[in-house]
Amino acid sequence: MDFKNASELLQVCQENNLTISEVMKQRECDLMDTDMEQVTERMSEVYQIMKASATKAIDKPIKTVGGIIGGECHRLHVLAEEGKSLFPGIMSRAAAYAMGVLEVNASMGLIVAAPTAGSSGVVPGVFLAYQEENNKTDEEMVQALFNAGAIGYLAMRNATVAGAVGGCQAEIGIAAAMAASAVTELQGGSVEQCMDAASIVLMNMLGLVCDPVAGLVEYPCQNRNASGAANALVAAEIALAGKKQLIPLDQMIETMYKVGRNLPPALRETALGGCAVTEAGRECTKCIFG
Amino acid sequence: MSLISVFDVLGPNMIGPSSSHTAGADSIGYLAQKMLGEPVKEVEFTLYGSFAQTYRGHGTDRALLGGVMGFATDDERIKDSFKIADERGLKYTFIPNDEVEDIYPNTADIRMIGESGRVMTVRGESIGGGKVKIVRINGVEVDFTGEYSTVIVIQKDFPGVVAHITKCLSDLNMNVAFMRLFRESKHETAYTIVESDEHVPPEVRDEILKNPNVVDVMIVEP
Repeated sequence: MDFKNASELLQVCQENNLTISEVMKQRECDLMDTDMEQVTERMSEVYQIMKASATKAIDKPIKTVGGIIGGECHRLHVLAEEGKSLFPGIMSRAAAYAMGVLEVNASMGLIVAAPTAGSSGVVPGVFLAYQEENNKTDEEMVQALFNAGAIGYLAMRNATVAGAVGGCQAEIGIAAAMAASAVTELQGGSVEQCMDAASIVLMNMLGLVCDPVAGLVEYPCQNRNASGAANALVAAEIALAGKKQLIPLDQMIETMYKVGRNLPPALRETALGGCAVTEAGRECTKCIFG
Repeated sequence: MSLISVFDVLGPNMIGPSSSHTAGADSIGYLAQKMLGEPVKEVEFTLYGSFAQTYRGHGTDRALLGGVMGFATDDERIKDSFKIADERGLKYTFIPNDEVEDIYPNTADIRMIGESGRVMTVRGESIGGGKVKIVRINGVEVDFTGEYSTVIVIQKDFPGVVAHITKCLSDLNMNVAFMRLFRESKHETAYTIVESDEHVPPEVRDEILKNPNVVDVMIVEP
């Protein structure tokens, strides 16, 4: 069982009456010389690392290598605890967790690249928040990770997930598309709705540049992981409402790739443009590197 | 193109902060030392593109050096690789090169001198999500990922060498996934790269070395 693009994936799902996560899991078994038990166990480990990295910074701030960020996750948690959150519930939690993972990452701690380290907060943020708000089991969440993996695979195969090649839209954009599709499946959405959710994310984040201050995976990366999580949830909501999207996922992946390659190198992870060269960004860089 | 696993998307499990600049850099260094096949005594890293611009902030330098010392991408010692290299008496330098522009954005050249005096230069590219490619060995363009069990044969470009290699592999019952020949020019140094899904039997090296036109054989297991 294999597929090269979203339209083939849809066909495989329909012909076999399977969900995206089921197809992706079967593909892994077929092509990687392994079995259901092994891949499930390995994905459970992935989810445990995700959980640990998302919750580590909740109670106390973590000191990062560059020191630009640190403590954001804890503050968001406190805001929610005090009843002051603008959008209590899934959105507030997803933002806090997504930012927490980035604190762990920026302190040279252990994370799961999903699909990259710079975008590693989005999937855990959305997943943990969804699980807590909907009382899902770990098994259900681990199964949904295969759905997220399918969307990421399509992007890796047909485009890129490297910020240096395609900008932030290729990293956090794809991470959010993965999370949106997975949550749509968890919520009982159809295969088409999962793909629409991913497609919506990519159009909403199209053109987003990669411009880390001081070249560090800290700022604006951490904020963007939170907004990536929010984008994923909004896109899933729109897709679940059921109106079919004009632009199919394959075309959004293709156009994301084209836009990415057309970005000037200064806006592709070189720290030579965007936020990195604002007055504040430059001052910060000087403070860190002298 | 090599197969993309779901764990290439949701993975690697890694030390941050950047999959392409930290984990990928570590993997390039790791593959390079595997190819050298002996502990590295001295190493020089030349960094290109985005690597040259941002290597300090992403810990690319610590990761490359950690890789050369054999640390995997989730090894927490990467953070302290300068200190560990100093303790081991491993000399290292980093040269950011901004002049070469026509090159993949995340590229590093690693020139290693081993304990026996063996010298090797490897060029690697970090292609996103922690995945890497080795694209040059000692100036000759090659292309492999290190995700498979890999046999690298350095040979003189004369007739019969490739036939000899395939015979050795088939005699030892090794299943070949990919096999390619790369060369500088006719009758100069050439590289045969064989990738397999299976573990490479250790006898492969000795058998292939029996041909007088074979200069060296390296085996790199994932």
